[in-house]
Amino acid sequence: MAPVSTRLRRIAAVVAVATLFVSAHVGRFGTATAAPYGSAAAEDLPRRIISLVPATTEMLFAMGAGDRIAGISNYDRFPPETARLPKVGGLLDPDVERLLSLKPDLVIVYDTQTDLKRQLERAQVPMFPYAHRGLADITETMRALGVRVGAKSAADAAAARVEQQLAAISRRVAGRPRPKTLLVFGRELGALRRVTASGGYGFLHDVLELAGGADVLGDLRKQSVDMSAEMILARAPEVIIELHYGDAVKPENFDAERRVWDALPSVPAVRNKRVYLLDGSEFVVPGPRIVLAADRFARTLHPEVWGR
Amino acid sequence: MAGFGTLAAAAVLLAPLVGSTRIHLGTAFDRSIPYADNIDAQIFFVARLPRVLAAALVGSALAMSGVVFQALLRNPLASPDTLGVSAGAALGAMMAITFNLDFSLLGISAVPLASFAGSLGALAIVYGLSTARRRGTSALVLLLGGVTVQALLSAVIAFVQYLADFTQTFRNVRWLMGSLDVASYSPILAGLVPMAVAWAGFATLPRMLDLISVGSESAAARGVNIERTERIALVSASLATGAAVSLAGPVSFVGIIVPHLVRLFVGADHRLVLPASALFGGAFLIGCDLVARTIIAPLELPVGIVTAIIGGPVFLWLLFRRA
Repeated sequence: MAPVSTRLRRIAAVVAVATLFVSAHVGRFGTATAAPYGSAAAEDLPRRIISLVPATTEMLFAMGAGDRIAGISNYDRFPPETARLPKVGGLLDPDVERLLSLKPDLVIVYDTQTDLKRQLERAQVPMFPYAHRGLADITETMRALGVRVGAKSAADAAAARVEQQLAAISRRVAGRPRPKTLLVFGRELGALRRVTASGGYGFLHDVLELAGGADVLGDLRKQSVDMSAEMILARAPEVIIELHYGDAVKPENFDAERRVWDALPSVPAVRNKRVYLLDGSEFVVPGPRIVLAADRFARTLHPEVWGR
Repeated sequence: MAGFGTLAAAAVLLAPLVGSTRIHLGTAFDRSIPYADNIDAQIFFVARLPRVLAAALVGSALAMSGVVFQALLRNPLASPDTLGVSAGAALGAMMAITFNLDFSLLGISAVPLASFAGSLGALAIVYGLSTARRRGTSALVLLLGGVTVQALLSAVIAFVQYLADFTQTFRNVRWLMGSLDVASYSPILAGLVPMAVAWAGFATLPRMLDLISVGSESAAARGVNIERTERIALVSASLATGAAVSLAGPVSFVGIIVPHLVRLFVGADHRLVLPASALFGGAFLIGCDLVARTIIAPLELPVGIVTAIIGGPVFLWLLFRRA
């Protein structure tokens, strides 16, 4: 008798894992196809989620599933609750042993982490693969993730809120002249060297355009473009926004870093003193705080609209 | 030699005229337009001219260092990277990027400063090894020692890279691809100081390098102070390499291939090889950078990719045509 019931249990376990796999893989293709799996019974809900992606960690908190997170990546800083959660590595160096020791029942991985995905597959741990794309994918991922973790209505509400707030910002700057903007991701500190800037796609490009700016490199189908001094001069941006985060530039050095651009006085942004340094982690995490990023872009690009 | 001189002069004069943007020279040199409003002048004087000068300086420094290292180590595969000076420079730059160093000295920013300091550190180690050598030890010991230092520093570079976050890693990788877009004259002027010391050292070398490359015993028999010559060679080639790498990042290929290319034309006499390599190295790098900044305009290729892709086949062709 005992062997039979063991075998039955094994079959049941395999079926359960297989179901989770199917839904995990369906999740990759978007909300519509994933929806039927959202109605999973309450006892099947993932309760020990590991998120290796800062954006999905923030999404889980936004949909009220933060208390079910068992582990996060080394790069998670927001919300403050993440400070007490175990860290299990990142995109390039996931700590598989530590990850498995936390006994997760769902791991959110980058779709490009093929080695990790193979290992988790072997260990029969369900996954939610995350792909990093444009602005529209943020709320789409939120909804798909909500379905996957059984928080559909909260996730839908949070996603709708993000979309409404973005639409409100977009409406507020509608009809205003759109300054040609260079959005700088990084450069050598203290020098105009190795400048990389946003090209014509990616979520930051989308946010910039939504916030009423015209990406001065919008015609280049590249997410990030290496800019030479000649290219900056030739493109003549009217506004330059530099993104910083963490403590890369200390506040007392902001002015000095802004003055680095004075080497190119013919650039309209430099001549008209429209070079801005923005500091904040909301610019590097394509999660719900993208609203904050869009708001800061819009206020920087169109100060007259906000009355300052 | 005159040919190499003409080539280098032509490269320096013509390269600033070409770029991804069309500019009018008349406008660029028109003094009636205020400089702050003159885009053509800024493209010429801020974007292109410093870049061409940096390429000339870096190309000639790397080529001459290559010549000297190949003679000093009696190894045709030696290059400015062999003894770890480049790795030291790279380590300095990686540390400045990863630890967000933000200071400047005389208009030079943290990354090139740290990079040059790193190359000096590596030079100190290798120099220590060379003085620890007992008389009569072969160049092979210095070579092995240098290669070991280089491997060691590469491991430390990997460790620093490991500590970096995503954006820093991205910047580290970009630094390792090399770039001549210096966008101002102060890094070039600063680089001239160690380079001038190196040139002074190089000037004393050609005759003795000829004798050393035949063999140290026969050189000693002809009255060459081997140890002194080797030290001058080591220090000046390392200084030139450190200055070049901290200015432009690692630019592959120039330091190993240009000396051989030049020897195919002028023979093995260092009195010809050394200056010809300086001229041709500069011209070659100016040309490669010109290709890098125009071939996929408005985008640009990292110059290190171009040096290898152009230099490799050209060198193979010359090598087998002569053979």
